[in-house]
Amino acid sequence: MRRPRVLFVAAATALLVVLSAAAQRTLGQTQTFAGADARSIALFREAGKVLLNPRCLNCHPVDDRPTQTDRMEPHRPWVVRGVDGNGAPGLACGTCHHAANFDAAGVPGNPGWRLAPASMGWQGRSLGAICEQIKDPARNGAKDMDALLHHVSEDSLVGWAWMPGGRRTPAPGTQAAFGALMRAWADSGAGCPPDKAE
Amino acid sequence: MGVFSINVNGASRSVEVEGDTPLLWVLRDNLGLTGAKFGCGIALCGACTVFMDGKPLRACSLPISALGKSEVTTIEGVSGPEALAVQDAWVARDVPQCGYCQSGQVMSAIALLKEIRKPTDHDIDLAMNGNLCRCATYVRIRAAIHDAARALER
Repeated sequence: MRRPRVLFVAAATALLVVLSAAAQRTLGQTQTFAGADARSIALFREAGKVLLNPRCLNCHPVDDRPTQTDRMEPHRPWVVRGVDGNGAPGLACGTCHHAANFDAAGVPGNPGWRLAPASMGWQGRSLGAICEQIKDPARNGAKDMDALLHHVSEDSLVGWAWMPGGRRTPAPGTQAAFGALMRAWADSGAGCPPDKAE
Repeated sequence: MGVFSINVNGASRSVEVEGDTPLLWVLRDNLGLTGAKFGCGIALCGACTVFMDGKPLRACSLPISALGKSEVTTIEGVSGPEALAVQDAWVARDVPQCGYCQSGQVMSAIALLKEIRKPTDHDIDLAMNGNLCRCATYVRIRAAIHDAARALER
């Protein structure tokens, strides 16, 4: 009669050991992955839920045209980046987009409304490629890590993604949580997910 | 309701409206300036184009409370060499068909010529993309803008 109980305790102990080891691997500090820290990569993947959200991607096109809506449809009317991300002569972003959302017309707005620079185009790119891109001062607007973290945590236009107005779905979480994730990513080594299958 | 003092076509005007009233409504309903047209109300068609501090603006896209001290120019008050050149070219080319969109087209054309004195077809397409014409007078619009640009060279 005692044997099943002994077997149960042994099995439960073994399971705890296995689960504990698995948990340590998931958020461990020692496992490396393509030269980068797995925890750092995991943090960036979490931040990637924001970066790859339509609220962000719509104005980070790789070509000259922004997209719009949760379905990332081509922007209507047809507008282009222009020389400074503010549209073409005669049809600047500010023709329709102003300092604040105006829900009566369904037009989003922010004082800094513009397209991200072409060097920061994200649409269609892998999370790993975006990670390398945003760390690269040659492409991210000459931002070092402190400036980058300030940008994602404090920039009003970045923050618009959580207050998009109208029927637009906000980016997940909050800007503060996104900023905290990015800081934890930076503090853990700023590792980037590999582009190839893991 | 609030009282807003706004500068339109060089004159100070006072209106009592809700702060979220679109500028277009104020121009048309409160000030009787009906040159700017209501087309879509969501900044997609360009029929309501006016100038704010000399730059094109879809009047449906801005609440009156956000106008501040900016100067508004409607087609009733627009002037200057570009405006005259566009007006002459529009008449010479007989551009309008039904005419509903044309005040917006004219304002956008003037704005383009203020920025680019001799626009290419591509420049014109990019600037005028936001002004729809259900009569499809686009070919005449483009030709008239080229005519106006040539007139401004003289």
